[in-house]
Amino acid sequence: MFIAEQLVTSFIASAAFIILFNAPRPSLLKCGFVGMMGWSIYIILTENGVDLVPATVIASFIVAVASQFFAKRYRTPVIIYSVGGIIPLVPGGMAYDAMRNFVQNDYNVAVSLAAKAFMISGSIAMGIVFSEVINQIIRQSRLRRMQ
Amino acid sequence: MEMEQDFTYDIMGVCLLAGKIMLESGAETYRVEDTMMRIAASFGIAESHPYVTPTGILFSVEAEEPTKTKLIRIMERTTDLEKVAQVNGISRRISAGEMSVGEAYTALKAIGASKSTYSYAVQVLAAAVASGCFLIMFKGSWGDFIPAFLAGGIGFMALLYFHNLVPIKFFSEFSASLLIGLLALLFVKTGIGSDMDIIIIGSVMPLVPGLLITNAVRDLMAGHLISGLAKGADAFLTAFAIGSGIAVIFSIM
Repeated sequence: MFIAEQLVTSFIASAAFIILFNAPRPSLLKCGFVGMMGWSIYIILTENGVDLVPATVIASFIVAVASQFFAKRYRTPVIIYSVGGIIPLVPGGMAYDAMRNFVQNDYNVAVSLAAKAFMISGSIAMGIVFSEVINQIIRQSRLRRMQ
Repeated sequence: MEMEQDFTYDIMGVCLLAGKIMLESGAETYRVEDTMMRIAASFGIAESHPYVTPTGILFSVEAEEPTKTKLIRIMERTTDLEKVAQVNGISRRISAGEMSVGEAYTALKAIGASKSTYSYAVQVLAAAVASGCFLIMFKGSWGDFIPAFLAGGIGFMALLYFHNLVPIKFFSEFSASLLIGLLALLFVKTGIGSDMDIIIIGSVMPLVPGLLITNAVRDLMAGHLISGLAKGADAFLTAFAIGSGIAVIFSIM
């Protein structure tokens, strides 16, 4: 039940979010699907005790792979699909907690939360860059084989 | 000679317009540079050097005549994926040789002037639905769905309204998050909502600069140091605006 609820809400949230970025209409469902994949992997990993940082790296990697698949298939820029998938992984809640502690003069907790939020944003980018690098290596080796 | 020189300037105009639209719509730096070089190459300019930063583009072309350089200023940055996709389509058609310089320029002008495909009502509704769903994803209870739905929708509406009123991003984001905080406080005080933190987190998600943060780190890793730092500063300002709006609520609580 918990997983079903997460799957449905993450699908709708990603598809709805992308409307705010004026995504082309045909891409809405695909964006929702990419978002659902990334979030389901993230939630399964974190529920089973994996730390937030590696879970985010893996989830954003999956998001990037799925986006590249769609981008190649429908000949559109990859960013259209990856944005929707990444948004749920962004540590908004943690940044909020950090801010709250800053305001309440609890600087130690605030700084450690802010550092963690920064680590997580970094790991989102890591996951994406990884998948781009792998994609390029595959493409280059294919080109070499053709020559 | 004169004709050829004008023609080179026309090609540069097309490249710069394409780059400007893409950059204003939130495309990655490498994609903007790549597209500009591709368009130039398709029109027969073998060597071109685009230098893209979030606030301006420098574009230099090596031709038979002395090197030509043009500069274009970028004033506003939003996220508009439809425009990115359309410019990408134009660039593909130019590469395939299906478009002349004049046709490409007219098509790009039309893309640049086009408005969002979704009406304000649809956008606000989408923000509201997304806020509600984010609340469930962050393990809120279904009882808080409606408060987050309302706060997120009204917050986003306020963002659009204030942005039209005063075109300073910081101000509109600050006011929107202040309003979200107030609404969340009101919902919890009246007993409609139960967990104020999670309602606020869900509702501010449509304002969060998630795309900017990730693009900033990616640009840094790709070696676009200036773009990366500038986007990081932009994202930090937005996060700071949202945070301080919420902070006001905490201090009056």
